[in-house]
Amino acid sequence: MLKYTVKRLLYSVLILFFVMFIIYILMYNMPSGYVETKARELASRPGATKSYAEWLEDLNAQYGMDKGVVGGYFVWLGNAVRGNWGDSWAWTIPVTQEFHNTVWYSFALGFASFIFEILIAIPLGITAARKQYSFTDYFTTVVAMVCISMPTFFVATVLKYVLSVKLGWFDLSGMQGRDYMTLTQFGKILDVAKHFVMPLITLVIISIGGLMRYTRTNMLEVLNADYIRTARAKGVPEKTVINKHAFRNTFIPLVTMLGGTLPGLFSGALITETLFSIRGIGYASYTSMTQADIPFIMFYLAFISILTLLGNLISDLLYAAVDPRVRLS
Amino acid sequence: MQEMNNNPVRQSDYLLEVENLVKWFPIKSSFFKRTVGNVKAVDGVSFKIRRGETMGLVGESGCGKSTCGRTILRLQEKTGGEVRLNGQDIFALNKEQLRKLRPRMQIVFQDPYSSLSPRLPIGEIIGEAVREHGIVPQGEFDDYITRVMEVCGLPPYYKDRYPHEFSGGQRQRICIARALALSPDFIVCDEPVSALDVSIQAQIINLLKKLQADFGLTYLFISHDLSVVEHISDTVGVMYLGSMVEYAETGKIFANPLNPYTQALFSAIPIPDPDAHIHRIILQGSIPSPANPPSGCKFHTRCSHCMEVCKHAAPKWLEVEEGHWCACHLYDDAQAKAEAEEAMARAKRSQAQAG
Repeated sequence: MLKYTVKRLLYSVLILFFVMFIIYILMYNMPSGYVETKARELASRPGATKSYAEWLEDLNAQYGMDKGVVGGYFVWLGNAVRGNWGDSWAWTIPVTQEFHNTVWYSFALGFASFIFEILIAIPLGITAARKQYSFTDYFTTVVAMVCISMPTFFVATVLKYVLSVKLGWFDLSGMQGRDYMTLTQFGKILDVAKHFVMPLITLVIISIGGLMRYTRTNMLEVLNADYIRTARAKGVPEKTVINKHAFRNTFIPLVTMLGGTLPGLFSGALITETLFSIRGIGYASYTSMTQADIPFIMFYLAFISILTLLGNLISDLLYAAVDPRVRLS
Repeated sequence: MQEMNNNPVRQSDYLLEVENLVKWFPIKSSFFKRTVGNVKAVDGVSFKIRRGETMGLVGESGCGKSTCGRTILRLQEKTGGEVRLNGQDIFALNKEQLRKLRPRMQIVFQDPYSSLSPRLPIGEIIGEAVREHGIVPQGEFDDYITRVMEVCGLPPYYKDRYPHEFSGGQRQRICIARALALSPDFIVCDEPVSALDVSIQAQIINLLKKLQADFGLTYLFISHDLSVVEHISDTVGVMYLGSMVEYAETGKIFANPLNPYTQALFSAIPIPDPDAHIHRIILQGSIPSPANPPSGCKFHTRCSHCMEVCKHAAPKWLEVEEGHWCACHLYDDAQAKAEAEEAMARAKRSQAQAG
């Protein structure tokens, strides 16, 4: 197991190297780079002393864009492995500082939606499977399909219209109310929590459909297995059949899938955060991308890549942990 | 396992009585879920099994053998007919009563790979229901499981292992131990050796025979392997397309098969002698769909002895010789013949009207 883990980690490093290289090439060749925008802006200022071309050359040197793609990548890589991720061009603070400022909002949002997703989708999936072809089954299936099909912006817009515009329960967007500064410490926490409700509902709605269908499919497969018939033939109470024999086996694919999504809790929800102006990591990365902020994007995407690789590894390790049949080698 | 012999309620010669058992699976239309037809998997099957004996149930794949076995144990609900175990109508029980009766009747499935839950260790697979039904006092539980495993040829240290660590033969022993641990009277063996190597088959068959001798078990042995059935059964029933076509003691039916279908089936038994010349009866065509079985005798589409009457009238289930039952127009007595003629005439009339 240890040998396997080490091997996988070494592979991951290799994969990461190439992934980041590809991302760097893409960022470097963006049609309207940060440096060009900046140079144009400076050159067109009243009283500008240098032309656009001169500014461009200057800034390229300043920002390290004059070393070419490969050279630039290795400079970035050299700094990154030493823990120096540089300063964000768009936010003008160290990249890690901006990350630290934003990631915890994303984590809170992701974690809460993850919990709700599990609490709602798994019991629904199991019920639907147990009552296959019943009204309950068809109803949950239709709901799941609707949830899967609706795009995030649509859900968010409908929620905003109903809960905010019509009912006036929540603010349209943002993380704080107008009177935030006048509130007590506890009141401030409540205020922020209240602003997280609509993004949370959005995230839960778009994610439960998939998990519910996944649970249902797996549960159905297990319920039709011979060993469930064996358990019933043994005269074990139906509750034990479902909870012990069936769910334990449904659990295997579920755990591996959910284990794989764990690192995703930190990666933020780019669209939802942007729609509700939640200053999480997703929103920050979106803003950075629109401004071609290479250091921050490189950092954020490296972070996501590491999380994804880690998620796959966790899911494989969990598989071995929960399924006695699997031996990793 | 002493309590195995202090049987029950009403002593009669027959432990299991199946009367006119019917199991149809409805075919639903895709949208409105209306029943548009039925797959007649078991269509009126009757037989009895004496205490301590084995009845073999044979037939082609898809003829309803397994469905019959499962419906007898009420692992699925019947469509019609009656099943009595020890005189007790199984379908008259409510859920809880049925659960309480489960230890008396057990099943060993065909596929030992899928019939054991991969997440439970062997000891738990065997012992779970023993605990559930309170077969032995708590203190003796471990000893009891050990004993059952030893009887089935499984070393007790296997208890903590998981099913995937065993070979097919061992798994089937586990399945048998699992069934045996509940000290049943009656076990349905649903093709218990079809998934195993021939050498392992012999071991399992011998184990089943030994257990029968030791504990007075009654088996319904479902199989398509006729040599195995001949070896283990006291009586044999032959099924075709959901109906029983012939039933007799093993010796009788193998020596003198009456029904043309049985004759064809038995002629297919391989003889391990390269010089032996056997006259194989090759059946034409494949087994018709049980959703739309042929009229009259269901076998008439493939039968070499097919007569006009076979196409229109279903044959009666008659005792042709002492203890040798058969459903075929070739063996109709005078009364049955008259009835068949009449049925044929009626069928033809209605056909003419419809035409």
